[in-house]
Amino acid sequence: MAKRDPIYGIMAEFDSAQALIDAAHATHQAGYNKIDAYSPFPIEGLAEEIGFHRDEVPLVVLIGGIIGGLSGYLMQYWMSAVDYPLNIGGKPYHSWPAFIVITFEMTILFAGISAVLGMLALNGLPMPYHPVFNVPRFSSASKDRFFLIVFSSDKKYDPAATRQFLAGLAPRSISEVPS
Amino acid sequence: MNEPYKSTIDADRAPVIEPGHTFGTVTEKISAIVLTRPASNGWFVGFGIAFMLTMMLLFAVGYLFLKGIGIWGVTIPIGWGFAIVNFVWWIGIGHAGTLISAILLLLRQSWRNSINRFAEAMTLFAVACAGIFPAIHVGRPWLAYWLFPYPNTMSVWPQFRSPLIWDVFAVSTYATISALFWFIGLIPDLATLRDRTENPALRIVYGMLSFGWRGSARHWHRYETAYLLLAGLATPLVLSVHTVVSFDFAVGIVPGWHTTIFPPYFVAGAIYSGFAMVLMLAIPIRKIYGLEDFITERHLQNSAKVMLATGLIVAYGYGIEAFMGWYGGDRYDAFTLWNRLHGPYAGPYWMLLVCNIFIPQVLWIRKLRSSPVALFFISGVILVGMWLERFVIVVMSLHRDFLTSSWGMYYPTRWDWMTYIGTIGMFLALMFLFLRVLPAISIFEMRTLLPEAEVKE
Repeated sequence: MAKRDPIYGIMAEFDSAQALIDAAHATHQAGYNKIDAYSPFPIEGLAEEIGFHRDEVPLVVLIGGIIGGLSGYLMQYWMSAVDYPLNIGGKPYHSWPAFIVITFEMTILFAGISAVLGMLALNGLPMPYHPVFNVPRFSSASKDRFFLIVFSSDKKYDPAATRQFLAGLAPRSISEVPS
Repeated sequence: MNEPYKSTIDADRAPVIEPGHTFGTVTEKISAIVLTRPASNGWFVGFGIAFMLTMMLLFAVGYLFLKGIGIWGVTIPIGWGFAIVNFVWWIGIGHAGTLISAILLLLRQSWRNSINRFAEAMTLFAVACAGIFPAIHVGRPWLAYWLFPYPNTMSVWPQFRSPLIWDVFAVSTYATISALFWFIGLIPDLATLRDRTENPALRIVYGMLSFGWRGSARHWHRYETAYLLLAGLATPLVLSVHTVVSFDFAVGIVPGWHTTIFPPYFVAGAIYSGFAMVLMLAIPIRKIYGLEDFITERHLQNSAKVMLATGLIVAYGYGIEAFMGWYGGDRYDAFTLWNRLHGPYAGPYWMLLVCNIFIPQVLWIRKLRSSPVALFFISGVILVGMWLERFVIVVMSLHRDFLTSSWGMYYPTRWDWMTYIGTIGMFLALMFLFLRVLPAISIFEMRTLLPEAEVKE
């Protein structure tokens, strides 16, 4: 196992959403690829600024929905027409119009569960511990402060130079994040 | 000349958040209700009463399990008494939460941000109350799981051509999706509570519940996608749930049930009663917890307008039912209409018209739409009216069907009332607890409404 860098990254703190989005833009432009930004609410366009473009959640939801719909319909078909055909009021065993409601409900159910579980899994959550929590000031990231981090795994990362670069973005504070 | 017109516009545009708030003050104000504010005596009294009513519910249900549904007023021909009336009433109330959180989100109605959280909680608790009734009215409630398709030694399956089994799927899907929607909405706010609390044990609890949320931009991006997709899924779902509930009746042939107008008019009625419940909860909550800055006059007015609109749809539904009874030429339908107006249950029917159609028309008056006290009482009237509507549909249709030999009367017993009032107690007890342990207003969505949240690319 490779020896872990004792430093996880360098983190800069900003006062406003606008300052964070500008800083993220500048950092990404400067050639840093392994960066992340933290904010107390979703900021439109911020994910794109740090180089995040592929959001697989919709695909997961689509697959979940298709599986739900198919399994809902096939379940009813198999139970009513194959496994135990029962004549009820002279209706056909395969009464497809009557099967639509449950097919619809199962589609929604599976798609909804996929949306939540897919989002959590792709985000790597639950993860109660994370190195960024080692920074005491980071507790304001869920209130009114905005943070940008450059990970030490970035190719361009250099403790002194990166710190100096971040200082040039006029942050409120800079801290090293121990891993 | 222009002056009155101008003030009209301004009243319409009451702000969603009162000016002067920042990310910090919004966060502190909402999280303080949970973290630092001690529970008042009023809270203990309110919760105590609600808790005692919940115990009464447990007692009534326990005795029911011991004796069977003979302790209720249900008899043939009225096999669906209070249980189904209350089921439909509660599930209807639940609809406003999903409407506010999903449909208004898709329509970009940002004022929803301050009321969606507790409206969703209200949905969950209402659906929980609703779910009790079908489970206990089946006679042998310990076999209620027979409703679900599971491999069993009898090797039989549910009857998928029946609306009743559709309803099982619709309501359980609705409960699941509402719970998920509510929970993922809570994740960022639970992280806020984790970071704000000074109690180490609570920090661990909120930390676990928040799944270690840290507000990363990548996470937010996926989060918003998932939230939007869930809203898109919940929107047809919420419209389908009460539609399927109405199928329980409309697919039957009983006069008074066999009507194609049922689905839209049930959905409108559900939203009508749901908003009435939202207002009945929001008005005292904003007053007691000093949240007038976040739940403003604008919210009250908009909710009142939704009630007025859906109330008119419901009135149209009653009108069409009556018109069809008179014009349709079916003597049984005609008799149902006559029986509603003059029969043994004419009292509840006229009360229903007064509560659901006549009294809510005062909402046309702007002054009353912005008066919390007036709205509180009108909402109460609407909730009574919507309960009577379900009573009229369930009991009045069943007590006079095709053959005079199968006519009967339904008289609820004290056990019916105890169960019904007990669920109201359970609903309120859950609401009281919710207010104390979780943020009643979505903090992160409130932050996005502040002017300082705006960014330029």
